[in-house]
Amino acid sequence: MSERIREALSGLLRAELLAFEGSGEEAQARVPVSRVRDALIALRDGLGFNMLVDLTACDLLRYPVSHQVGVTDPCQATQGDAWKEKNVTHERFELTYRLLSLDPESGLLGGRFAVKCRVSDGEIGPPSIRDLWPVADWLERELWDMFGVRFSDRPDIRRILLYEEFVGHPLRKDYPINKRQPLLASRLKADGEGISPAELRPKLVP
Amino acid sequence: MKKSYYLNMGPQHPAMHGVIRLILELEGERIQGCEVEFGYMHRAFEKHAESETWNNVIPWTDRLNYVSPLINNVGYCMAVEKLCGLSVPERGQYIRVIASEVSRLTDHLTCIGASAMELGAFTVFLYMIKAREFLYQCVDKLTGARITTSFTRVGGVKADLPEGFEEQLLSAFAEVRRVLREVDGLLTKNRIFYDRVNGTGRIGREEAIAYGITGPFLRSTGVPYDVRRASPYLVYDRLSFEVPVGGNGDNLDRYLVRMAEMEQSMRIVEQCFRQIPPGAHSLEDRELIEAGVMFDEGKAGKTGQLWKAEAAVDATLEGTGQRCAPHIQGPQRQYALPPKEETYGSIEGLMRHFEIIMWGRGVRPPAGECYQAVEGANGELGFHIYSDGTDRPYRVRCRPPCFFPMAALGKILVGENVADIIPTFGSVNMIAGEFER
Repeated sequence: MSERIREALSGLLRAELLAFEGSGEEAQARVPVSRVRDALIALRDGLGFNMLVDLTACDLLRYPVSHQVGVTDPCQATQGDAWKEKNVTHERFELTYRLLSLDPESGLLGGRFAVKCRVSDGEIGPPSIRDLWPVADWLERELWDMFGVRFSDRPDIRRILLYEEFVGHPLRKDYPINKRQPLLASRLKADGEGISPAELRPKLVP
Repeated sequence: MKKSYYLNMGPQHPAMHGVIRLILELEGERIQGCEVEFGYMHRAFEKHAESETWNNVIPWTDRLNYVSPLINNVGYCMAVEKLCGLSVPERGQYIRVIASEVSRLTDHLTCIGASAMELGAFTVFLYMIKAREFLYQCVDKLTGARITTSFTRVGGVKADLPEGFEEQLLSAFAEVRRVLREVDGLLTKNRIFYDRVNGTGRIGREEAIAYGITGPFLRSTGVPYDVRRASPYLVYDRLSFEVPVGGNGDNLDRYLVRMAEMEQSMRIVEQCFRQIPPGAHSLEDRELIEAGVMFDEGKAGKTGQLWKAEAAVDATLEGTGQRCAPHIQGPQRQYALPPKEETYGSIEGLMRHFEIIMWGRGVRPPAGECYQAVEGANGELGFHIYSDGTDRPYRVRCRPPCFFPMAALGKILVGENVADIIPTFGSVNMIAGEFER
């Protein structure tokens, strides 16, 4: 299966297939942000990957360069002072689209595959795929919520687990674990609109 | 002209167990649109996991799906072991299977009991909770806790099966079977229950796959996908069990699938008791001898104890010198805790214990990433972990199985009545702990 995927993807992307590694259920490929959608469409329509199992990300800010996917020679990356350049903002977020090819009749697997891409800090991420798999709608919202990764055709994306007033994106590595959030003003308005907190208390007559 | 209006259901609604808010657009009783708002139970599991050592994450996983915590323990530890390239001794694998299946039973019992109670069948709830209590007593005996089990360790499980566990569990199964017969008689052909669940909350097969739904929810549509069968892990390939499927993908099918799955889980455990081999339940811990010392002893011909020991790497890489060369990760091949008798009985055992427990030491999987899926009670439970070679996870992602049917819930409910929300939401078996992590 992984050989067929490799052929299909290298036929489609040619030099833009940045990396392809692993075999069997562990196979994965890395593609540029602009071609993620094409690769996913090819996998879904051409190779029967009909289920999006997961869409997640990882902030590679402090991840050792030598172990990242696509570095062909680990020794090269660790030589000299390369390991010191840990705080990279370039291609910082690694997105993983995890796919499953499932035969609805037998319930057996055709295979598993993961497509990866890297998004830099502040860069607009890949195009949304919620029209391909509807569940991607929520998964993309979670990525925005937790990592601040934007999708190119979703300018008004909303948070999903946290509240709208939350400052920052907690799963980024530079978000301190003990950071406190500002206290919010009451959402109840004092002026006419809505109910003011004072109205919810009984009047006291001395 | 008909006019639609909005209704908030939850977050504080008795049927919205867990804390979930449904924003409904209604026309009379008919649902025109439904939006799910959640996050009230978000406890930052994934962020917390990054600040703990690998073994310390295990108690957090209990709190993901707190109705079947053992499956989460097993899933997480299997992911770490996959990264380390460890294989647990067979007995440990059987114990893990037994623990997982007991957890699946408690989960299904709770799910059916709670959703039947919300439809008015309070007796069923009491019966199911009674049956669950027998199983919880077994879990208590096995792990020392009823819900916060933290039973597995990287490289094995906390302890062997306790004495008399098999008899107690099998007699609990007899009780569970009796309760299931009673509940079957009370519910399955009950006119009121049948009319509430039959044909409601229906989802098609293709749609369920497009939404990434797995577990009993997907099987109710007729797709026999079960991780235990499609990509067997632990010893599931040696056990014979059947995968119950439905056909209509409605609430009735989901109820029937769960009822049938419980019988299969009991079958699996009974086979495990017949097959389980004697031996160690966890990987043996190995004594660490400094490489230089090992070399000298070998040269002097004292090789008697050396074959059992591991060579500790040079101090410049692992000890005080590591601060100067943080990019070099010394190989760490010791993962398992020594037996408690040795920890408390000998200084060497205590040292080996500290080598695992102390911060900056302990389990250190090689740098890399991996994804491990297990069949949770609600579907495919996946752990996607990144290691940077240190003693703490770089990132832990939990793929929550009930996230996916919840994403489809808004679509399923359109066109149904308000009363149909109750059985449909019940059959999703939303567990806020894993849904919102």
